[in-house]
Parts: sequence; structure tokens; C-alpha cells
Amino acid sequence: MLAMNYRGPYRVRAVNKAEPEIEHPNDAIVRVTRSCICGSDLHLYHGLVPDTRIGSCFGHEFTGIVEEVGPSVQNLKKGDHVLVPFNIFCGSCFFCQKELYSNCHNVNPEATAVGGIFGYSHTTGGYDGGQAEFVRVPMADVGPTVLPPGLDVDDAVLLTDAFPTGYQAAEMGGIREGDTVVVFGAGPVGIFAAKSAWLLGAGRVIVVDHIEYRLEFVRNYAQCEVVNFREVGDMAEHIKRMTDWLGADVCIDAVGAEAAGSALHRLTGVQTMMQAGSAIVLHWCINSVRKGGTVSIVGVYGPTFNFVPIGNALNKGLTLRMNQASVKRHLPRLIEHIQAGRIKPSEVITHRFPLDAISDAYHIFSSKLDNCIKPVLIPPSASH
Amino acid sequence: MNAHKHDHDHNHPQDDTVYVEKTSPEARRRAPPPGIQGWGADLDPAVRPAVPKERTPPRLEVPWDAPAQQPRTVEVLHSTERPGMTPVFGTTVPPSGVSGMLRRSAFRYSENDLRHWLMLLFADRVNMVEGILDDLAHGHVPNIYAEMGGPAEWKHNRAGFMRKALIAGVVVGLIAVYVRQRRRH
Repeated sequence: MLAMNYRGPYRVRAVNKAEPEIEHPNDAIVRVTRSCICGSDLHLYHGLVPDTRIGSCFGHEFTGIVEEVGPSVQNLKKGDHVLVPFNIFCGSCFFCQKELYSNCHNVNPEATAVGGIFGYSHTTGGYDGGQAEFVRVPMADVGPTVLPPGLDVDDAVLLTDAFPTGYQAAEMGGIREGDTVVVFGAGPVGIFAAKSAWLLGAGRVIVVDHIEYRLEFVRNYAQCEVVNFREVGDMAEHIKRMTDWLGADVCIDAVGAEAAGSALHRLTGVQTMMQAGSAIVLHWCINSVRKGGTVSIVGVYGPTFNFVPIGNALNKGLTLRMNQASVKRHLPRLIEHIQAGRIKPSEVITHRFPLDAISDAYHIFSSKLDNCIKPVLIPPSASH
Repeated sequence: MNAHKHDHDHNHPQDDTVYVEKTSPEARRRAPPPGIQGWGADLDPAVRPAVPKERTPPRLEVPWDAPAQQPRTVEVLHSTERPGMTPVFGTTVPPSGVSGMLRRSAFRYSENDLRHWLMLLFADRVNMVEGILDDLAHGHVPNIYAEMGGPAEWKHNRAGFMRKALIAGVVVGLIAVYVRQRRRH
């Protein structure tokens, strides 16, 4: 089968390799119909995630058709079209019993600080991802969701990560009616966080980025205000000016480890890896939110440490909320939102690439060429 | 608007400006702009799918007490912060070669220990070289230009392409000059 193959920082290619097999009684083999490249895949692509082995196949946002199921699978059958949450989880451990599916303790031997994720290095369990024609889907009875009738596959693939992560970012903000919400990052997750902030009752939504075409997109798509941080002086001071000098009620970090905006953070966090990624957005969040406010973090950082102004967070009495999204618990409500016409996630898709154009797809997304917001990969077997 | 001349910014609070904070929390709430599709649909925390954060019992029906054990077919490393293997795990790209030795060593240290992560990052770089050697050993010369998306750069960012090509050319040229001079002496 055709599959994406990681060869080193900034180097990927499509290769032919053996198809996956059932390895556990509750596995399914899924033939991929859509697969996205996620902003967090770029951290892998740039070589920043420890234990990313040469020959790995990335991809944690995919839909597909069940080709084969293991002997214990009850809830899926051959031919089902499923969307597969990016989290692999067992449903029965201490954490899953609290619906913290992204924090499952039974699926990632390599680390306890993170759960299992498809195609996201051995630090998240060493699973192959969905940027391939076929993929092994463990815990098939609990993870995948069969596409309800009428749900567009392009909307479905965005329900595997980007939309639920943006929604959870807004939800973790504890938004109350009329709140002012600032979202840092106008990538797909930031766009969905802005859109979700309205669903949760925000009174004002401001999105911050430095890439004009993305700001333009989110201004129209999410009907929000936008700020280009290259055009303002000090970020915290600017947000204070915009918010009666008190600060925003909620600040959301939808950027993570490779944030632009500070030469010092780029040097220490990205170029020399002296901290686990550029932490400038965490600075901006903590320093721009009002006292007693909430900072919600879904941007991804490495496992070591970052330079963050934790003293300010203490003195301001902030609530810091963060997690990988537990996609499965959000799905029923988010599908309702799509079916009610409140949101059309697939409108963020700007590019479609055949799977064998994987090298160009990664480069275009990574370098933000051709006004790319969200690229989707189409395997050869799904292209006709 | 004052017509007087001065060199300070009126938007910036000056030392002589008194700012008394007395905002009413109720008054600070903003009304959303008109026409927001679905505004407030999830205003009630009861309909928010992840409230409360820890929700027991879970709403998901799970057909087992504990997942069955996956047979071990390849070497899988596990964190020292757990007593053993997990019942389910990935089997892609098991550790091998020099990078594999480094990874095994890294897993002697806990996730809490910086050495664990630094050794893994170092192993990743070693693994990259192993990948090129492995390609060559299989008679495949990797097309690094294509793997890095060179054609896309040429198509969508020609100025950037030329700049990178120029820098690469200068660096290669300087190395060539340096090597030639070393040989002369």
C-alpha cells in the first residue's frame, strides 16, 4: 500500500509498504478515505518531538471504511464508514472512567504523561498513522464512530481532531455570557476555537496571528475581530487597551511550540531547543488575561520545560486549563451542531492532495504557501 | 481634541493621569454582534459535553472490564514510570542500530529526567543518518530535493527558492574554496 514515510526533519516521501494486520483481538483495519495534515504534525515534520523514528507514518486525522475486524469487535462491521478520533483509548482505565479519553493509561507504554495517538511518534505509543491507504485501528469498539447518514466525509474528517480541539479549547475557557475571548493562532484549531466561543456565549471574540490571509479567513468565517501582532507594539498592552484596561476574560493558546512573535523564544525554544518550544503565546495569554480569568491551552509543547511567567499567573489568580481533546466525548454534540447548520467545518479545507504528493503537501502547509489553511490527503483508492 | 502641541501619546496613561477602576462586572458583559449563527447554543453548562471535567460514570459503553493483552511480536520500550507494558501498543519501527541502542539507554531514565528526552532527540538525529545509509544500502539514492518539497517551493515561492538556492550555492562555493586552499598548503 501507499503510505507517508518520515525520513528526517523536513523530509517525507510516499512509499509502498506492507498493509497493516490485526494485532489485537479488538483491532480493525480501516481503508482510509480522507486524511488531514494537522498543525501538530508539523512539530514531528520539523524533528522537534522526541522518539520520532525514521520510517514512521504520521496522520492522526482520518476517516475510512472498515475492511477487517478482530475476533472480539462487536460494534463495527466490514463496510462501515467511520471517523476515527485521534486518541487511542481503552475506555476502562482510571482515566477513561472519568471520560478523560485523551489521558488513557492502557495504550502508550512509552510515556505516562501522554495518551496514545495515531502516527505521532513513539512518545505517544508508536502507532502508524492514517496518511496511508490502510491503517490499524486499535480498540475498535470504543474509538471509531460510524458516520451518521448525511454527514459529509469532509466534515467528518475535521471531527477527528481540529474541530473538537478548538471546541474543547473554548470550553476549557469556562466562557460565560458576554465574555471577551482572545484566541492566539488563526490556524484550523484557532479558527474552530473562535467559532466555538460564540456557541458558548462569548460577547466578543478576538483572534491574533501574523499571517494576513489567515486573519482574513477567520474574520469572515468566525465573524470575529482580528489583530496582527506584527502591527502592534506590546501584545499584553494592546489587549488591555482593547478591553477597558482590564484584560480578556479568557485567553486561548491555539499555537504551541513553534510560535512566532519573539526572537528570544524562537532561539531558545525552536532553534537551540533549550526549552520545549517557543513559549511566547503562553506569555501573551497569562499577561493579557484579566485577573481571575482563565487561560486555556491546546497548543502542543514538548515534554521537558518552558519559560513561562508562572508568578504572574499566581498573582493574577488565574485558572489554567489544558489538555489534548477527548474527542469521543464531544462528538455527539458537535455532530448536532453540524446537522443544525451552526457550523460547516469543511469550509476550512483549502487544499486537496493525492497521497503521493505528500512531500509537497507538507512543505506547502509548513511554509504556509498558496494561502493554505487545511490540507487533505486523498489516497488513490478513495480518489475515484 | 486639544489643539496644543506636545510630544506624548494621548492613548498612553501618563504619570499625571489618574485612572480609577470602577467597572461594573454586569456592564462589562458584551452583547455579541448580530447574526452569529448558533450563538449561545452551548451557553448552559449542562449541554457542554466535557462539563464536568471528570465525569463518572462515563457515558460510553465499553464491552470489557479491561482490554485483552496484545501479543508481543517486536521490541517495545516502556517508561520506568509504569510497572510494565500496556495491554495495547504500537509495533511500528522497533528500535534498531545505533539509534536503537541510544533509545534503550534513554528508557533507563524516567520521563521526569531530562536525560531521557535529550538522548531520544539525539537518537532521532542518529536515526536520520541511518535512514540515508539504509536507503543507499538498498540502492536507493534519496531525492532530498523532492522529499523537502522543492517543486512546491519553486511553484509557490520562487523568490524564496532563489534565495535558498543562492545561499546554498554560496555555502558550497566557500567550502570548495576552503578545501582547495587546504590542499595547496
